[in-house]
Amino acid sequence: MNLVIGAFTIGLILSLLSLGMLISFRMIRFTDITVDGSLTLGAAITAVLIAAGWSPLLATMVAFVAGMLAGSVTGLLYTRFKIQEILSGILVMTALYSVNLRIMGRSNVPLLDTATVSLPLQHLLSQMTDGERYILLFGWQVPVVDMAAFLSSLLLCAVFAWMLSRFLQTHFGTVLRATGNNVQMVRAQGVNNNMMVVFSLALSNGLVALSGALLAQYQGFADVQMGIGMMVWGLASIIIGEALVGKSGIGIAIAGTIFGTILFRLLIAIALRWGLNPNDLKLVTALFVFLALVAPRWFKFVHVKINKKSKHA
Amino acid sequence: MFMSKSIKNRSMLEIKGLIKTFFPHTINEVKALRDIDLTIQEGSFTAIIGTNGSGKSTLLNAIAGTFIPDSGSILLAGQPITFWPEFQRAKLIGRVFQNPFAGTAAEMTIAENIVMAMRRGLSHPLSKAVTSKARAEIKERVSVLKMGLEDRLDNPIGTLSGGQRQALTLLMATWLKPKILLLDEHTAALDPKSAAKVAELTKYIVDKEKLTAMMVTHSMQQAVDLPDRIVMMHKGKIVADYQKEHKQRVRIPDLLATFDRVQKKELFDESVATLLREQYV
Repeated sequence: MNLVIGAFTIGLILSLLSLGMLISFRMIRFTDITVDGSLTLGAAITAVLIAAGWSPLLATMVAFVAGMLAGSVTGLLYTRFKIQEILSGILVMTALYSVNLRIMGRSNVPLLDTATVSLPLQHLLSQMTDGERYILLFGWQVPVVDMAAFLSSLLLCAVFAWMLSRFLQTHFGTVLRATGNNVQMVRAQGVNNNMMVVFSLALSNGLVALSGALLAQYQGFADVQMGIGMMVWGLASIIIGEALVGKSGIGIAIAGTIFGTILFRLLIAIALRWGLNPNDLKLVTALFVFLALVAPRWFKFVHVKINKKSKHA
Repeated sequence: MFMSKSIKNRSMLEIKGLIKTFFPHTINEVKALRDIDLTIQEGSFTAIIGTNGSGKSTLLNAIAGTFIPDSGSILLAGQPITFWPEFQRAKLIGRVFQNPFAGTAAEMTIAENIVMAMRRGLSHPLSKAVTSKARAEIKERVSVLKMGLEDRLDNPIGTLSGGQRQALTLLMATWLKPKILLLDEHTAALDPKSAAKVAELTKYIVDKEKLTAMMVTHSMQQAVDLPDRIVMMHKGKIVADYQKEHKQRVRIPDLLATFDRVQKKELFDESVATLLREQYV
């Protein structure tokens, strides 16, 4: 049960990463690799600020803003300086590696025995259970600390998912979605499409950094390597979500992304439990995304072949 | 009566000395616009005809702001828009493209597409886009198309036919009255039946809203039927201009004859003449 709660908590935290990537990848169709750097950026800033005695909530908010800044830089490289999409992201991601090291002062900042955003909930739960260290959930003993972390991730994820879905249905959000769909049309409606790209990347990376900030607090450290491969991770989650519930409608896309992230995390947790070497994790993730991207085309190919055969018959 | 007459004679668009060369100083150099002067009166409907590569679409794109001209000036509704970026001009300009898929966002619903057109050139605030009030207005105006689309407002626009999408694009381009409506061969990619329907709708909307419009077309019939002025272009220049009473008398054979005359004359255009003079005189 602890494994499941843990997987759910990390899944919920990483949902913010996937939601951010939903904006860049699916809405404005921008392959943004900045993600790998901005996730670490969020974690690094939060870790250093909390270690310096800042309130966890404030530290997390600063991480969000820093992520937005990183995203805007990628956006400006692409729109203002006409650097290729992928390269803009790679440049910022590479630069962020040094920035993150500078922020942390070393490659790893531990966050043991410090306050986190889930502390208020932890206090509340402790009061409700008269100071018990464990809560009984469906017959399992779950540590109050883990339960608090799970519930606060759930709360944050729900709040951001709700705000995102509301935002995407505003005039501004509608234009944002159209920008990835048909740039020519958006320009003809008097929208500065370059500005929309910069804003979308800022919002996207803000959410990614937020995810990094929460992840650092949950696992108790920030590491300069922790962002590596997270873009592929997010992409895998989005693809699973789409396979689960489809992508018709904003609410469905958002819910699907969250479900996809949690499910992917659960699958990984189970695979690790069964003896998957953690070193192979990135390889497996990459292979999974490759298959997910190729499979639909392959099915179509088979379909066409079958149709052809039936025609000849 | 007097008032309406004075408005009729005001110019909406003034183009002076417009020049554009693509890929200058290379073997692919194209002199797309060579010193174009054109004034469009308010409330007039002008067709621009000409062969492939004559510069018709380039002229329309120059007005829409797809590129910045090498020299010359464009004045639209009294505003010097020559150097405005494309998105900024959208405030003044409604556009329908040749490609029926270009004017709408395929994966978004009919209502969402129209809501964007309802605020063409205005700010896009953080308030709900498709409100019930907006929906009612959309329903009312879409029903004018008589295509049954008013009952499918929440369907992705990509599920509609080319003709339906082009009709919606036309409606969107004119939702807020534009200073000028630019139609770039907007019926060319449609089947004959849809093309006729969209052409009819164009005439209806332009007349009803008293719009100023420019239409690039390959269809001689359309050029004779719809507008009240015909401008013929060839090799980046305006070679014929039929207006008012003159336009009333123009028939398709007249246009074809002019085409032939222009093309024959081209054998001895200015550059060739200069060349001959230099070599033989």
